[in-house]
Amino acid sequence: MSKELLRLATAGSVDDGKSTLIGRLLFDSKSIFTDQLESIERTSAERGDEYANLALLTDGLRAEREQGITIDVAYRYFSTPRRKFIIADTPGHVQYTRNMVTGASTADLAMILIDARKGVLEQTRRHAFLSSLLGIPHLTICVNKMDLVDWSQERFDEICDDFVSFAAKLNVTDLTFIPLSALQGDNVVDHSVNMPWYEGRPLLSHLENVYIASDRNLIDARMPVQYVIRPQRGDGADHRAYAGTVAGGVLSRGDEIVVLPSGFSTTITDIWGPGGSEVDAAFASMAVSIELADEIDIVRGDMLARPNNRPYVGRDIDAMVCWFSDDADLRPGNRYQMMCGTRLTRAQVSGLNYRLDINTLHRDEEATALRLNEIARVALHTQQPVMFDSYRRNRETGSFILIDEATNKTVGAGMITAPVSKDSHVVWQTTKVTREQRTHQGATIWLTGLSGSGKSALAVELERRLVAEGRPAYLMDGDNLRHGLNSDLGFSDDDRRENIRRTSEVAALFADSGAVAIVSLISPFAEERQRAREIHAERRIPFFEIFIDTPLELCEERDPKGLYAKARRGEISQFTGIDSPYERPRDPDIVVSPSDGSPTEVAESVFRNLGL
Amino acid sequence: MTDASDQHVHHGYELTHLAALEAESVHIIREVAATFERPVLLFSGGKDSVVMFHLARKAFWPAPVPFPLMHVDTGHNFDEVIAYRDRVVEQTGVRLVVSSVQDDIDAGRVVEDTGPGASRNRLQTTALLRGITENRFDAVFGGARRDEEKARAKERVFSFRDEFGAWDPRAQRPELWHLYNGRHHKGEHIRVFPLSNWTELDIWQYIGAEDIDLPPIYYAHEREVVPRDGMLLARTRFLQLHPGEQPHIDTVRFRTVGDATCTGCVLSVADTIDKVIEEIEITRVTERGATRADDRISEAGMEDRKKEGYF
Repeated sequence: MSKELLRLATAGSVDDGKSTLIGRLLFDSKSIFTDQLESIERTSAERGDEYANLALLTDGLRAEREQGITIDVAYRYFSTPRRKFIIADTPGHVQYTRNMVTGASTADLAMILIDARKGVLEQTRRHAFLSSLLGIPHLTICVNKMDLVDWSQERFDEICDDFVSFAAKLNVTDLTFIPLSALQGDNVVDHSVNMPWYEGRPLLSHLENVYIASDRNLIDARMPVQYVIRPQRGDGADHRAYAGTVAGGVLSRGDEIVVLPSGFSTTITDIWGPGGSEVDAAFASMAVSIELADEIDIVRGDMLARPNNRPYVGRDIDAMVCWFSDDADLRPGNRYQMMCGTRLTRAQVSGLNYRLDINTLHRDEEATALRLNEIARVALHTQQPVMFDSYRRNRETGSFILIDEATNKTVGAGMITAPVSKDSHVVWQTTKVTREQRTHQGATIWLTGLSGSGKSALAVELERRLVAEGRPAYLMDGDNLRHGLNSDLGFSDDDRRENIRRTSEVAALFADSGAVAIVSLISPFAEERQRAREIHAERRIPFFEIFIDTPLELCEERDPKGLYAKARRGEISQFTGIDSPYERPRDPDIVVSPSDGSPTEVAESVFRNLGL
Repeated sequence: MTDASDQHVHHGYELTHLAALEAESVHIIREVAATFERPVLLFSGGKDSVVMFHLARKAFWPAPVPFPLMHVDTGHNFDEVIAYRDRVVEQTGVRLVVSSVQDDIDAGRVVEDTGPGASRNRLQTTALLRGITENRFDAVFGGARRDEEKARAKERVFSFRDEFGAWDPRAQRPELWHLYNGRHHKGEHIRVFPLSNWTELDIWQYIGAEDIDLPPIYYAHEREVVPRDGMLLARTRFLQLHPGEQPHIDTVRFRTVGDATCTGCVLSVADTIDKVIEEIEITRVTERGATRADDRISEAGMEDRKKEGYF
């Protein structure tokens, strides 16, 4: 009775034998009932078909049966003693890409059919691309109709090679090829006697055994708050719990959590499953309700995470968007309602980066609009901050839909690519040393504030304390970096951004090695600091932003380097606080004011607060 | 990094299929409560609506279910089911709205078929839509499952209905991940199906695992029955006998519960939940095929009724 659930999506061209294959899986697993079979036999006979047309089983709409095509996703169910399967049978037709996307968004595995005579077609490539884009972890290529190519191993190998060379451009992690004949049942449930050269598993056995337990993200703890449970009467009147479905990671009683976007921290006191069942550890996909130690204002749309492992919080998102609307195009400047997790906010299209031709994977950077079934990389700017991860890291927290405000229709589906990354063929070289094996745990402490606010004094004190305790630490001072690492950079906007980017990357390397990188940079722009945070979050390196909140008048009075005086005289332009703005952090980990005490005292309290 | 959660990560974090289905349904039910103003849960006393109500109670524990139940009452009920319904209302304190087909007949809004084959099943649509409009419900939970019928296999979890309550299968909203778009204009509503991915066997296994109380007619009992059109209909005060029909007593149980004039029973000695599960595991006939006369009207019977506003 305690089976695993596997969700699969099917794809393939019209006439590849998809319905026959599904029919056979259902039939051989005894999931077609006699009355269903009689019904399709009767209808087939009325239509003059020679055999019972198994497609009638999945084509449930009148229009589909009349036209003999699949318009919309049909969901089918079958089970074996090991697993329960949910099949999203998706349409092959080009014009129904949106329905393929609908069916495939929650799939663990995609099954793509190829006709052995025809080989890899445009449609095969399109479906493989969509499967990869949607992050389906397992791809199973069923090379069907092997009976019509004389069970030829050569032909099978040729198709596999063809597909593999195409798939190299995609993000496919687990790829399996199975030669079969759906019509005759070869390699569907039982090993084929006609293809003794095939040493793999038959399809059904593959579906039963493919390992899916590790596909969910059990590392980054995330719970979007869905609903606040607060009984108004009866015994439970003092109960206040936050209900939601865990979207990633594991949450346990006693865990410290942070509420986003507000940034307040507290501890989990209790976790309940539905109906109040006791839960020790709530992991991804569980629906739970959580009680917290402190009374914090938490509403639907907020997110619970771990203080040292936070999602991105921001208003600018870079994403791949599939467009579903046939009556309105997506264009830069357009506004939509965006639903991301449990958060609903307005979003404006701030840019259309390129439109992707899903057949050739060619990028059209001249595109100005997105039409039905097209896919593009776009930038969005939201009205309220959104908490998200990159889609590759978490399908639940990295996805969103766009809703047309006038018609209420779902017009787009997005997969977040953040952080913005330039494509390249460089891959990460993994080392033999894991972070846990290192003597020390690293982190980056990022000090931001006006020139003269006291960053350097605090940074020096932090470094001294860490080293005195035997911790590796290194101070990266903005001025010092400009003498070496960044000596080729000036003060234009692009150069400033590059300055921050390089510093972030180097700090992340230090932190990864087990050192505490202490960065002291004015870093006036929120977006740049967010990027620094993203660079660390992507590698799961703790990142703390400390805002040295010293009033401009006081900084100018101190003027340790005489820079304010020069700026006032007009000898330096674009000076932060004078003729260039400083964007105050909205959500820093720590705020330090002049009244907090000496650098030594402040360093002491920073240590305590960060748990270093 | 020493995030404590890292240490918990091993391959034991897997839900069984029933737990996964429960979690998905609870998520859907909470989503509706959080985003709609006036939801309602259709409750017939049948096993699917009983399971749905059970899930709703678990979703909001320890608070009461934050929406009422609505029974679309054909007037042709099994007495055991009405008794069960009233008991549930009394025990849980939930509010019950009844929208009655008899009221529509009395007001002349619908005309009842006559003769031995007459059924009020089709008339339910009017009572359902009237109940929704009169109470200004904006989300209506139904216990329909995709495995029941081929038109239902095509339906979304959040199914948009226009101001006439009609379903347009060709213009369904794409539904991705666990993001459900319930936005609608005044007068329109959304039908919500939290049990979409459950099968008949899942429902029974869950009833067994959770020890859920059902109307007694779901378990084997002796009853006066009439064979008709390959089905066994219960002899009730609502069923007119055709000339020559001879009722007899048999040991039967019901697989679905609906209008007493068109819901058949099956021969069965399964008088406990375990025996029922055993029987369902080996049956070769779907529950609707075995017991629903109304689905036999035409190839697209269900699709056509859903377009009219049926759930």
